[in-house]
Amino acid sequence: MNKIDFAVGIGGENGQGIASTGNILALIFARRGLHLNAYNAYQSIIRGGHTFLTIRASDGPVRNMGDKIDVFIPLNQDTMDRHLHLLKSGACAIYDKEKVTPEKAADGVQLCPMPMKELTRGNKLAVNTAALGGTLQLLGIESEPLETVISRQFKKKGDAVVAENLAIARAGYDYAAQNFTAFSWKAPRGAKPLGIITGNQAIAMGGAAAGVKFYAAYPMSPSTGVLMWMAAHARELGIMVRQVEDEIGVMNMVIGAAHTGCRAMCATSGGGFALMSEAVGMAGMIETPIVCIDVQRAGPATGVPTKTEQGDLWQVLGAGQGDYPRIVVAPTNQLDLFHTVPELFNLCDKYQCPGLVLSDLLISEGTTSIDPDDLDFRVKIDRGELILPNGNGNGANPASGYNDNAYLRYKNTASGISPRAVPGVPGYIFTAATDEHDEDGTLISDEFTNPQKRRMMVEKRARKMQGAIKDIASPKLVGSEEADVTLVGWGSTAGVIREAVEKLAGEEGIVANQLAIKWIVPLHAAEISAILGRSKNVILVENNQSGQFARYLRSETGFDGHGHIRKYDGEPFMPHHIVEAVKTQLAGETRLSIPVHEVNA
Amino acid sequence: MTAPAAPPATTEPGQLTKETYRGRIHPDWCPGCGDFSVLAALQTALFELGLQPHQACVISGIGCSSNLPGYVNTYGMHTLHGRALAVATGVRLGNHELKVICAGGDGDGYGIGGNHFVHTMRRNVDLTYVVMDNQIYGLTTGQCSPTSVKGMKTKSTPYGSVENPINPIPMAIVGGATYVARAFSGKQKHMVEMFKGAIQHKGFALVDVFSPCVTYNKDNTYQWFNPRVKILEEQGHDPTDFHKAIERGYQWGEEIPIGLFWRRTDLESLEDLEPVLHTGEGPLAFRPLGISPEQAQRLIQELL
Repeated sequence: MNKIDFAVGIGGENGQGIASTGNILALIFARRGLHLNAYNAYQSIIRGGHTFLTIRASDGPVRNMGDKIDVFIPLNQDTMDRHLHLLKSGACAIYDKEKVTPEKAADGVQLCPMPMKELTRGNKLAVNTAALGGTLQLLGIESEPLETVISRQFKKKGDAVVAENLAIARAGYDYAAQNFTAFSWKAPRGAKPLGIITGNQAIAMGGAAAGVKFYAAYPMSPSTGVLMWMAAHARELGIMVRQVEDEIGVMNMVIGAAHTGCRAMCATSGGGFALMSEAVGMAGMIETPIVCIDVQRAGPATGVPTKTEQGDLWQVLGAGQGDYPRIVVAPTNQLDLFHTVPELFNLCDKYQCPGLVLSDLLISEGTTSIDPDDLDFRVKIDRGELILPNGNGNGANPASGYNDNAYLRYKNTASGISPRAVPGVPGYIFTAATDEHDEDGTLISDEFTNPQKRRMMVEKRARKMQGAIKDIASPKLVGSEEADVTLVGWGSTAGVIREAVEKLAGEEGIVANQLAIKWIVPLHAAEISAILGRSKNVILVENNQSGQFARYLRSETGFDGHGHIRKYDGEPFMPHHIVEAVKTQLAGETRLSIPVHEVNA
Repeated sequence: MTAPAAPPATTEPGQLTKETYRGRIHPDWCPGCGDFSVLAALQTALFELGLQPHQACVISGIGCSSNLPGYVNTYGMHTLHGRALAVATGVRLGNHELKVICAGGDGDGYGIGGNHFVHTMRRNVDLTYVVMDNQIYGLTTGQCSPTSVKGMKTKSTPYGSVENPINPIPMAIVGGATYVARAFSGKQKHMVEMFKGAIQHKGFALVDVFSPCVTYNKDNTYQWFNPRVKILEEQGHDPTDFHKAIERGYQWGEEIPIGLFWRRTDLESLEDLEPVLHTGEGPLAFRPLGISPEQAQRLIQELL
């Protein structure tokens, strides 16, 4: 069955209500049962600049923003000038005929000028609403869903505002019906109504499912959505949420709460994570489980705060001085973020180490459709060898006792895992120290700095990863083993690579397969080596300049990719970027492709 | 999973003695260090307040004085340089039934940890902060600290420090601390009273202690402090008088006040103000994990 796949692009200045317009459209599509992906290319200013939101929807899977725009809504001249030339035959542009003038459009592009002043009765803020009405008409969607969502969206502003917006939406809808030609296809319907979710919401909800009781953060784009969700739901869910003076304080506070037995979490972006680094090492040293999410944005330093990148891999791999075990994971999409957070908490509790999640602006701020049945909050909870006073942990029930000298918090075991008591439990008193310490917690620097003890403790902690790797899924090759080319990515590029593989097969006759890496540390090096060793041509795809994952893969496996596709202009990959780069590389023209983002400068 | 063997109970509740609070190891401070007196005063205060060792957590940063948690038989955390208060806030919020006592030095608290100091005070987190203020960096062998007096010659200021020192007492009073006191290692009994008052106080309590460094600070010695320190409690100081507290806090020179400068009991602590802690379910750390099906349903509903 042929799937119908279409995209709406809305652009203008920040402050023109593009995000809320996009939200209305996304809700309408999702309620219709369509899968969707929405990506907002915006800037770090509250008013002005250029913002462009792409919502792609289909009755089939939608894994990224796609390659084309079907309905283009430029709310200002700047947007018209930057994007019109990218429209292909069959697309249409809806705009205010008094404010925006098109230059040359491709043949077959339908220009849809609307008399916005008249349709909105002079309400400049409602131009989007009229354009939405027009858009739905062209897509063959009845006006009723729009009315329902508008009523809900504007409810807080009162009946008069709702009535005004409904009238304007209707006027836009009717104007389009009378003056423009609807698409030859109609927006399809899906099997059942869906919801919409951002990656940051998914992270926060995953945390709630995992039983997070303490969340701290310092606001930093693009991670702030997690803080906002947590703050809004704190009291309902019994979560302590704190906005802290800086990210150093955030991580230290999270470790303090985790040390008492709470599941504790924080999210930040690369700059904030840099400030947390020393404390992440403390979590490693005192063996306190915490989960931290680094929502990557384009760096270094302040970088491009509202643009996406996969540039923090080495920062996270090397966070904090010295050697210590950590778990690093790069989930591949929003739903994966939801599932990964509880799984990571279980691993961190079991192995008593920090767990670091690499998300990025693309999936954290990006919106996707979600089947409510996929959001199962009844997750497995494994707290490892945790000793709580009321026996809620998996470890021993505490015996009562005082002045105990027998408990060894850092007992040297075969697994490297030592039963973990928390403050408040009678009979298990110890001091957790960031200095190297003996099994009972005593600083080895307090006595003769014993080289044998130091070595024993380093090895005890390191040994935990031998167990952890067995609990972590090995990456699987998707597609034919006999492919011409294997595309390797990590984290958020999984969706766009998947579509590129389909396009290569469907449009170019090139058989490609895909290896998406999610668990970064510990890495299934042997399995990955075996898969890639069988591949004819391995191309690594990543959203950074230096090939951070390619270098990591080489350091862990000795395997050097045959080719590389890298993008570091702040915008995510589109499927055609990868398709074209693969063609060029298979033709032997280059081994390093840097796709050009086509939007006019 | 193997459960650890149940530890033998060596002391029954109700049998607390001063010895109960002695840690496993002997302090590695220099002979004569002011910190010995602070440790003894803290142990005495814990004993006299009858706190069970497992109900207290002593949390430090890094420095000579920050080695203290290992010398006290309570739960302890020896964290990172400057971070004790941030960690302690997390501990208090995770388990608000624990008595939390932070300990550290002047460089740790007022230098590298200055940001956390300011914000922990304004939040009025219910904990006690003991700063062993020796006006020098000892563990790094004698450099200038944020409380080194102007003109002091140290290894990092061989021509004399040109910077003004921080005065923690007025800073804490205006910063939002609700119990602000100073003690002196040469007056241990008085220090015990300051500690007991701080631990019992509901809110952020600072006790800045003149704890002389006998190895690296040749200016601010026991001999220098002894004739100068005057006990506020013996002078009829009213700790609820804000302006007097500030005035006495600034006093330095021939007479230097020690004692309780400032206390207010009308402000709620951070813990008091957080409804999540007052649901009757005990400390967050010990509550069951996960959310109810009704809560999950409400969260999903928001996405539709």
